[in-house]
Amino acid sequence: MNSLEKLVRKTPRKEIATFHPGDTVRVHVKIKEGDKERIQPFEGTVIARKHEGLNATFTVRKISFGQGVERIFPVHSPVIDRVDLVRRGSVRRSKLYYLRALRGKAARIREQT
Amino acid sequence: MVNGILAKKVGMTRVFREDGEAVPVTMLQAGPCVVVQRKTATTDGYDAAQLALVETRPLRHAPKAIQKHFAKVGAAPMRFVREVGFREGGEDTKPGDSVKVDQFQPKDLVNVIGVSKGRGFAGVIKRHHFRGGAASHGSMFHRAPGSIGASAYPSRVLKGMRAAGHMGVDRVTVRNLEVVQVDTEENLLLVKGAVPGPNGGYLIISKAK
Repeated sequence: MNSLEKLVRKTPRKEIATFHPGDTVRVHVKIKEGDKERIQPFEGTVIARKHEGLNATFTVRKISFGQGVERIFPVHSPVIDRVDLVRRGSVRRSKLYYLRALRGKAARIREQT
Repeated sequence: MVNGILAKKVGMTRVFREDGEAVPVTMLQAGPCVVVQRKTATTDGYDAAQLALVETRPLRHAPKAIQKHFAKVGAAPMRFVREVGFREGGEDTKPGDSVKVDQFQPKDLVNVIGVSKGRGFAGVIKRHHFRGGAASHGSMFHRAPGSIGASAYPSRVLKGMRAAGHMGVDRVTVRNLEVVQVDTEENLLLVKGAVPGPNGGYLIISKAK
């Protein structure tokens, strides 16, 4: 194990990474307004996870007022307060970029049983 | 204290500050180092400490002269040996002393010296950031340097004209990099930004003035 991997192990952010592509999650994001801090949730489908050590990210997609919105979150960023798992989805690939071309009923994901 | 330490580049990653700011960092295996020899003004004409970077893998087949040189301080021969100067009042350093990464604190500014990656025989676009011509639309001028001077006068190319040639493998100093984290247990140093050379390359780190 090299020193870079050791640094990843030291970061105490394992608990937020318990979801997979296809899952619906609610990401609680810390937002700073002046000197006040509040938490804003962002709920949507996880369509991708990138595993790059400390650079690991995940992409959450939702439809907001008929408009597709995607946010890429760094897994280890302290800006993320916590991630709630809303629903487990059953999908057959790791990157769900095909959802971008689909909307409405076609963009549904079967729930994992 | 010795003003500096020898290190090996581990690689780059990013860390987050408490407000969520992502900082690109280079991880350096900094030390521990051993003072192998002490250069003094009376014997050598200048003051410096000769440091050697202690590595887990020992140096094989060291010449006898090198073996004896290291044996004076009771150390095994090492690959990377460089001289560094002193900070104010650090002249009491003796051979055999060990130099650790704990001389640096987060928010310190450091200079990092290394040898840049070799690029081989590089053209003017890569080597001197010339712009080059259009790739298409009938252009017949792509990556050539263009005019290198007038004709009848001076009838020669002026000295110092930038041209294609060997690039890289130069000694490069990057100044005023911020120290982000110091790990005294693992002898690791995280500095903000990039440092010269490949992963596994050797570096000299000193405090910026």
